[in-house]
Amino acid sequence: MDLSAINPVLLVASLMVAATPILLAAIGELVVEKAGVLNLGVEGMMITGAICGFAVAVETGSPLLGFVGAAAGGAALSLLFVALTQYALANQVASGLSLTLFGLGLSALIGQGYVGKKPPPSARLDIPVLSDLPVLGRILFSHDIMVYAGLALVAGVWALLRFTRAGLILRAVGENHDAAHALGYKVRRIRILAILFGGACAGMGGAYISLLRVPQWVDGMTAGTGWIALALVVFASWKPWRVLLGAYLFGGVTVLQLNLQAAGLAIPVEYLSMSPYLITILVLVIMSSHRSGAPASLGRTFHASQ
Amino acid sequence: MSQSLLSIRGLTKAYPGVVANDDVSFEIGKGEVHALLGENGAGKSTLVKMIYGLVKPDAGEMVLDGRSYVPAEPSMARQLGVAMVFQHFSLFDALNVAENIALGMENPPKPRDLAGRIKEVSELYGLPLDPFRTVGDLSAGERQRVEIVRCLLQDPKLLIMDEPTSVLTPQEVEILFRTLMKLRDEGTSILYISHKLEEIRALCDGATILRLGKKVGTCVPKETTARAMAEMMVGSELHTPSREAKAPGAVRLALKGLSVKSPGEFGTSLKGITLEVRAGEVLGLAGVAGNGQDELLGALSGEILSAPGMVEFDGTPVGGMGPMARRRLGLLTGPEERLGHAAAPDMSLTENALLTGAERRGLMSNGFLKWGKARSFAEEVIARFDVRTPGPEVAARALSGGNLQKFVIGREVMQDPQVLVVNQPTWGVDAAAAATIRQAILDLAAGGTAVIVISQDLDELMEISDRFAALNEGRLSDIRPAQGLTVDEIGLMMGGSHGMEVAHV
Repeated sequence: MDLSAINPVLLVASLMVAATPILLAAIGELVVEKAGVLNLGVEGMMITGAICGFAVAVETGSPLLGFVGAAAGGAALSLLFVALTQYALANQVASGLSLTLFGLGLSALIGQGYVGKKPPPSARLDIPVLSDLPVLGRILFSHDIMVYAGLALVAGVWALLRFTRAGLILRAVGENHDAAHALGYKVRRIRILAILFGGACAGMGGAYISLLRVPQWVDGMTAGTGWIALALVVFASWKPWRVLLGAYLFGGVTVLQLNLQAAGLAIPVEYLSMSPYLITILVLVIMSSHRSGAPASLGRTFHASQ
Repeated sequence: MSQSLLSIRGLTKAYPGVVANDDVSFEIGKGEVHALLGENGAGKSTLVKMIYGLVKPDAGEMVLDGRSYVPAEPSMARQLGVAMVFQHFSLFDALNVAENIALGMENPPKPRDLAGRIKEVSELYGLPLDPFRTVGDLSAGERQRVEIVRCLLQDPKLLIMDEPTSVLTPQEVEILFRTLMKLRDEGTSILYISHKLEEIRALCDGATILRLGKKVGTCVPKETTARAMAEMMVGSELHTPSREAKAPGAVRLALKGLSVKSPGEFGTSLKGITLEVRAGEVLGLAGVAGNGQDELLGALSGEILSAPGMVEFDGTPVGGMGPMARRRLGLLTGPEERLGHAAAPDMSLTENALLTGAERRGLMSNGFLKWGKARSFAEEVIARFDVRTPGPEVAARALSGGNLQKFVIGREVMQDPQVLVVNQPTWGVDAAAAATIRQAILDLAAGGTAVIVISQDLDELMEISDRFAALNEGRLSDIRPAQGLTVDEIGLMMGGSHGMEVAHV
């Protein structure tokens, strides 16, 4: 075993890349759940976003347009969830699960012509002075734009929920939809917007995997990332910065265990492979043990009865 | 009073299968406190929701301050000076006071200014509030202050109050009334909805009475007796439950320093409750909602377990036993929420009868259900308590509140309980059904059952209890004979005014 082969700078740099898909999907789902909707279809929206983004990027040759397409694809699939849960008042858990199954099938169908193709490469950020800094430059200032977009999104969502009236209304709807309705807020409209936002974020998270992290199209390539994102939101107690922490922890352990595998650590590969899931959940469970903080109307169907 | 502020002409609203309001007209004068009276289901809520813009009327018109008033949504009503204090459903437990108030305002000032304004207005009207406390931690009375302050911050012309006193102690009610009278003197009109007739007589200048969606009369409350108003509401003569005095028997149920932690995040833990109930006795427990009533019922039913010795039934420690074991012994309970806690809404009445009656009525053998017996048990309950339903196969949800309440109480009464504990037995039930339920409780006690009635309705408790005590923040007051207690004494037992003060202006 040769631990000296692991370069800590590279490790931290690739941690941020590994964490970005989960971070994007989780911050979107956080907004959805803050509005009181439990959308278990994150995995389905991610994989749909992955193929939509891949297809658009391959056809147009622009990775950026690919991400726009991925957001549109994820949001479009979440419209199905909107129709089921907000108009037909179907059960959210069942609708979310079916959304995941549907998304997996749909993406495989769309992706038939794209297996084996290469997406256009994404440019890395190259800021003259900053990117050339010895250690920090490599870690912080030479990623692709989506890594920063993910961070900006976390900060944006945090500020929105904490400081703005829109955020207050969103939290109010998730906390007590009957009261919000009685005060005259449009519960359904607010929830639909939140669900669409969640779908777009999940779609971009998926496209990050197919366009940058892997980068190619394989059936079912999100491989459970959506579920991790869902768990992350719960164990992060619906707090944006904790979602970031959880995502980086997960990304970090993922990258570390890959490096350890390569270095030939004498632990069976299976244990190493499961370690990111175990460690992330464990840490967040311990952090969230004292108080749950779940939105009180989470998962409850709202019907504007008279 | 000379000028009309809001006049309502021929408002009609129909829902599939039911006409909630049928051609209702009345006027509210400037600076008038106007009462809207009626039983549950008389259409009071629908009417005020139309005034507040939550529901659109099918026909009719409203005129506010001389101009046609068609509120499309609540924010428009608020802009035009109509504010509403809701009975429930309008506060957010996880948010703080300032956030809750901001949500109910059209153009809230910046958070820091808002906090200052809240302090200022709440002190001016004697309703002290800390803007940064989480609403979930507040008492029921404090929560109501939040709602009132929210309305006052918008200088309303018309303040609608939906059953505001159901969660207050008598002292708090008195202070609220002085605040309201202060507002009236400043020229604010108040539409006051309640079914507590004595309050209306003390406060209101005029009253409109609704029955089954129609206006059935008006009166000047100060010149009308409570009984006459009640009979206008019900449309028939009232029957007052009767009872015979007799000496109580042996102690059936004893609580010895019962302390349990509330299972809910915003619940109230019980602290050292000690009491005894004897055979043939009714013990009434008053208290403002959220002072430990649900927890006490849970600890008695076995949903919340305690140390075995804390709850004794006929001298046997039962604190560690679950609900089924207690039922087998004869300790039966009827919880408050009829849809959700006392009954399973989507199951039929027969199934609901089975759920609690299986043990004591022998509706089960070797794990198999005896449907025939269960059905006849449900039919017996329906017949004896005059539950209006097509039959026992109907889902519990389909019954009106009063009818379902009669069913869930009847189901326990007819299982021959040794000790019966009920929480809010007549909540949301019309006067006639309430009388039936109270009479059944008294008959049960006359037959030698020990009964504990937990209720927020003080008149009800005074009518049926032998002894009386109040819960306040999870503690029990002294237990005193119910006869001869004054409203002031009861109020102090319930915790007095909880820091509320009379308006300073």
